[in-house]
Amino acid sequence: MNGFWAALTSLGPQLSAHVLLSASAIALGIVVALPLAVWASRSPPVARVALGLASLVQTVPALALLALFFPILLSLRVIFGEGLPTLGFLPALLALALYALLPILRNAVTAQANLDPGVLEAADGVGMTKWQKLRLVEAPLSAPFIMAGIRTASVWTIGAATLATTIGQPSLGDPIFAGLQTQNWALVLAGCVASAGLALIADNLLGMIEKGLATRRAKLSLAGLAIVAVGIGAALFAQFGGGERDRVLIGAKGFSEQYVLARLIGQRLEANGFQVEYRDGLGSAVAHSAIASSDIDLLVDYTGTIWTNQMKRQDNPPRDQMLAEIAEWERQTSGTLVLGRMGFENAYAFAMREDRAEQLGIEDLTDLARVAPQLTVGGDPEFFERPEWIAVRDAYGLQFAEQRNFAPTFMYNALQSGETDVISAYTSDGRIAADRLRVLDDPRGAFPNYDAVLLVSPESASDAALIAALEPLIDSIDVTAMREANFAVDREKDKLTPDEAARLLADRVGL
Amino acid sequence: MQTAAKARSGLIAFAAASRHFGDVVAVDQVTLEIAAGSFVALVGASGSGKSTLLKMVNALEAPSSGAVFLGGEDVAQLPPAQLRRGIGYVFQSIGLFPHMTLAENIAIGPRLSGDRLKGERVAELLELVELDPGMASRMPDELSGGQRQRVGVARALANDPQVLLMDEPFGALDPITRDALGERVRALHSRLGLTTIMVTHDMAEALLLADRVLVMDAGQIVADETPAALLAGKGGEIAQGLVAVPREQAERLASMEREGSAS
Repeated sequence: MNGFWAALTSLGPQLSAHVLLSASAIALGIVVALPLAVWASRSPPVARVALGLASLVQTVPALALLALFFPILLSLRVIFGEGLPTLGFLPALLALALYALLPILRNAVTAQANLDPGVLEAADGVGMTKWQKLRLVEAPLSAPFIMAGIRTASVWTIGAATLATTIGQPSLGDPIFAGLQTQNWALVLAGCVASAGLALIADNLLGMIEKGLATRRAKLSLAGLAIVAVGIGAALFAQFGGGERDRVLIGAKGFSEQYVLARLIGQRLEANGFQVEYRDGLGSAVAHSAIASSDIDLLVDYTGTIWTNQMKRQDNPPRDQMLAEIAEWERQTSGTLVLGRMGFENAYAFAMREDRAEQLGIEDLTDLARVAPQLTVGGDPEFFERPEWIAVRDAYGLQFAEQRNFAPTFMYNALQSGETDVISAYTSDGRIAADRLRVLDDPRGAFPNYDAVLLVSPESASDAALIAALEPLIDSIDVTAMREANFAVDREKDKLTPDEAARLLADRVGL
Repeated sequence: MQTAAKARSGLIAFAAASRHFGDVVAVDQVTLEIAAGSFVALVGASGSGKSTLLKMVNALEAPSSGAVFLGGEDVAQLPPAQLRRGIGYVFQSIGLFPHMTLAENIAIGPRLSGDRLKGERVAELLELVELDPGMASRMPDELSGGQRQRVGVARALANDPQVLLMDEPFGALDPITRDALGERVRALHSRLGLTTIMVTHDMAEALLLADRVLVMDAGQIVADETPAALLAGKGGEIAQGLVAVPREQAERLASMEREGSAS
């Protein structure tokens, strides 16, 4: 319970970011939906097209919609220039505003369609111009219904805004995603309670405005509006009141090792007088694009991942040659600096429970291919889409009976409970040793090398002070130390936060 | 100038005015003059085109061909909102603005042209339609149907119009209210020197209130008579068919009365 309260009370920055993101998205939704609704009420084809498109948007999962804005904005850089942000606030704002459109638009169009025709005839009959009719009759009579739509949109938007974390926008999703990755349920609960609480408060305040409009009590509406304005104002102050400073943005993909390494780097930079901020839970492809486009400044990535996913290479050269080629490719394509290896490898490898492997007589991937048709394989949500999997599958002719996706933390539970027979594990994962798993050999060398490397964005590559502060991290972490730190975050008992685990790791390797 | 000359003799003039809705001809080549100060009833069955003809005067309907003149000017050439502010309009579904008080409803016409109607004037208008001036701050949904239509009439008169158009104004009211309000409107017509056109399907109402009755059928005016002439059997078959209804009702009532007193 203590962990929960501590987590909840430390959510100030995420809460203010969440409030501002949601409020901006709803405001943008209103600004687009209302004129569109007026147009739609005058033209049935416009109404059909607008409502059809808005409904279509609703069928796209919110997470996918957020992710889609990354490539869309990236392609728009051709028009708006390289300064256009592709991650963070802008794509989150656009996706959420699009999501908020439907309830507002639908209620506004319905309200217009249900206006008493007698009243509209009277408006014409007394000599109102079109604008007077809209302002004096249609708008006030539709207002309670439109407000109900805005209310629905707000509750949806505040909920969906937690997903903005995945595209690098701080929100109340930060504790949810971080907690999910590290099995820190107090953190998940704190994020859920905060976002649900915010949604309830917004719902009640907007309900107050709606009631004021419906019963023609202007004071009630104005009071509701004033409280909303104070809330947004407080969030604005919290977010920007402290004055703008240059911060180093450290990215992390969505698993424990990345959270720990990001904190390790952050702590080191803070000790050297830098201001840092974290962008956690980024997807693998999003994270690499973010560093290449300088949306984040630092990222730990893995050689094999860049080699197969970004460079689309299928050969498998020795590790020094691979690193040199990657560094050259990064320099040429975006100007990203590969500062060097962290010192350990986190490769993909297949792992099984010792007893199960013994029973089936499996030592390496050749053995696995033999019995695979009777087995279920589990992987993280990316794994079966990655070229590494394709390469290994084709090299050994792997054909599994069933293929299942798990969040990385749950894969190990699924293996223990027998829901899956073999998983795509990570070699730096502390749970391999803790769970006594057998890592299957790769005699044909189908998996590439996965040395962890520190990437510096093109914009920060020339920052000598930053580079100097980072240099000591290079080749400092061995795989045993990394496994320990990872396990400290992942284990069920005496769990450490990524921040604590990073301090432990720093002590362990003598940084 | 020729059209103006044609329209000069009547305040309202239709010059071969037609209105089509697709293939349906609602108003068919009507040419007609209405003198200032007259109270004209437009009578006919449902779908005869009488409402459409009325709405051509304040441009709620535009002629498909021909023209309509008000005081010598082609209404199609005037900005519709300006035109309508100078014409009182009362119709069956009343159309009071539900989010405005009675006072705000009555004052809406002047407000649209940027004038504020004084409280005394609102009270005066309420008194004209025999409502308590103390009701000015009430909302429309607190009123009975008859009271609402009285407010509708007051709203139509707020801009001191010369012309009052009424589209089945009393159609939804109970008979007693309907009679009383009809009498009141007729009195106001005389007192304010209005030119009034009233659409109704009730021939008795037309005969009792109007000084000229136009009978419409299939978009055309088939009879144009005074009430006295219609009662004397003029106006042709369709008009006499309409006159026959109230007349027979009156005769049956009279004979019932006689039998009652005879027994």
